[in-house]
Amino acid sequence: MTAIPADSAPKDRRRLAVHRVEIGDRIYEILTTACALVVPALVTAIAIAIFAAAWPALTKLSASIITSSDWDVGAGRFGAAPALFGTIVSSAVALVIATPLAIGVAIFLSEFSPRWLRQPVGFLVDLLAAVPSVVYGLWGIFVLIPMLREHVMPFLRDTLHLGATPFFSGAAYGPSMLAAGVILAIMALPYISAVSREVLLAVPRSQREAALALGATRWEMIRDAVVPYAKSGIIGGIMLGLGRALGETMAVTMVIGNRPEISASLFAPGYTMASLIANEFSEATSDLHLSALMAVGAVLFIITLIVNAIARWLVWQVSRERAI
Amino acid sequence: MRAIKALLPLLFIAACGKENGNQSATASSTAQSGGSVDLTGAGATFPYPIYSKWFSDYAKATGVKINYQSIGSGGGIRQLSEQTVDFGASDSPMSDAEMAGAKGGPIIHVPTVLGADVVTYNLSGVTTGLKLTPQVIADIFSGRITKWNDSRITSLNPTLSLPGVDMLVVHRSDGSGTTYIFTDYLSKAVPAWNASVGKGKEVKWPVGLGAKGNEGVAGQVKQTPGAIGYIELAYAKQNNLPTAAIRNKSGSFISPSVQAVTAAAAATAQALPANTDYRLSIVDAPGADSYPISSFTWILLYQHQRDATKGKKLLDFLNWALTTGESEASSLDYAPLPTEMAAKVRARLGTVDFASQ
Repeated sequence: MTAIPADSAPKDRRRLAVHRVEIGDRIYEILTTACALVVPALVTAIAIAIFAAAWPALTKLSASIITSSDWDVGAGRFGAAPALFGTIVSSAVALVIATPLAIGVAIFLSEFSPRWLRQPVGFLVDLLAAVPSVVYGLWGIFVLIPMLREHVMPFLRDTLHLGATPFFSGAAYGPSMLAAGVILAIMALPYISAVSREVLLAVPRSQREAALALGATRWEMIRDAVVPYAKSGIIGGIMLGLGRALGETMAVTMVIGNRPEISASLFAPGYTMASLIANEFSEATSDLHLSALMAVGAVLFIITLIVNAIARWLVWQVSRERAI
Repeated sequence: MRAIKALLPLLFIAACGKENGNQSATASSTAQSGGSVDLTGAGATFPYPIYSKWFSDYAKATGVKINYQSIGSGGGIRQLSEQTVDFGASDSPMSDAEMAGAKGGPIIHVPTVLGADVVTYNLSGVTTGLKLTPQVIADIFSGRITKWNDSRITSLNPTLSLPGVDMLVVHRSDGSGTTYIFTDYLSKAVPAWNASVGKGKEVKWPVGLGAKGNEGVAGQVKQTPGAIGYIELAYAKQNNLPTAAIRNKSGSFISPSVQAVTAAAAATAQALPANTDYRLSIVDAPGADSYPISSFTWILLYQHQRDATKGKKLLDFLNWALTTGESEASSLDYAPLPTEMAAKVRARLGTVDFASQ
């Protein structure tokens, strides 16, 4: 140990520390920049690859790929309108079922649940997201579909007399748009509920206290002070769930009935774009067939982009409202 | 109960012992071949169980290792055309256009084993003895027969009491050789089907539900009273599903079985010209004992092998498969080639040549 003048020691140490932080900062900056650039580059590369592969079909079939309902591989006709319709309808059904349920779970967990119940219930709901989709599919075939066919569908159609409307009419075989919607609702639910729960928990205590101080009941406090504050986050969660529903393949393929037809009835079998690609890709040999499947993939890609753009816009709208 | 508990550890030890035996067998074959993969192939999923048994047995016997990816017939044909694999495998023969597009020149089709489609159904009280004709099957699958007690079915089955329930047609939703064989059969046996639906790995079905894979179709049929669908013979046998006897070309009703499928191949083979390229369909085969919805599955290879070492290894394997391998087929519910046909196919393999290096 060499002798160091007593007064210079702290100063040196400080400079050394600053120097180290600078190097660390640089490395950290480079690493994070790289991460931030890799992901958009990957998305762009995927988009380019999909559109390049879809190009022959897009030029040959043009708009008929989303307007025609005639999907006949042997005849070289590729109209994926039923799959586009099925993707949108099954996801919409899923959101209609999942959103109230998920927000209910989130409000209960953040506002009403005793502390000891919050953790286990929250954990179990989150666990739904960890179940592999093929397991949901098997559960759908062996549990959900028989239940829908024997109890739910007759109840909706005959007991509630909804069979008079086109939406719940026709024979109840089981595999149907409704079955796909229910499966997707269960799969989307944990995403919506987890995000909603976190944003509700993040609402400041002062917000709640202010509402209560003004004489609000607990219900009024939640409705008027807590939920509006968390609205943009909840919408973000719903869109995350929608993204999950739009792209889900395996479980839907197993329960939707895979019939390329547009039907108003939720009891009728349908098709989705993801299922169509999964079903036909491995055995597609003709170039146009492969390209048409890639074009369906491109349409799905565009739809998810649009959904995300709408989500951004909604969140932005909501947060701007609050700022005013 | 206590006795069972006492036995459990013993069972476990026995299982472990077996496991160890397998491991040492694998280890010795690895030692012989130096651990590298000698040949790669890709293609059909239908013959995958028998192929993987062949590859494993062949590796034990000779040390030659074969890596096979069951990615589907379409993928197998594509990869062979691009020359990324040493051999392809397909459930349907390559079309002339596909053959012309192959980068490595002429392709030889080697039939390996046979499979068949069965018509399975779910009718309470009727588990065996249902008889169908091709015309009736076509009428069911195109939606012209919708009730089980339709006179066109009852007249074929006077001894069965068929209920008046609705039919639900279940077909494959994924592109598959199983669908190809089924639609190929209906196209050949029923002119009206050929004109309306036609044949293919995926077709535009006039009615019914699509389910993924044999297990999807079988599951849907099992669950829905009145359902009818088609699945592979091997899958139906292993799961003890009810199957219909189908009237063949010579007018007899034949229940699906490995023997009846081989009989269909033998009956077709008799009429073959000497220079056949084996791209043949044996659906609706002649012969009194032939099961009519049968088909070959093929291994595909180039006639001009670029790599002499690999080419010779591949030929050795195929010769082994067509002799020793055939005898293993029926244990996994695949029908073996008729013996004289296997010999002719081996003779055809003699036309393969190797690039001189």
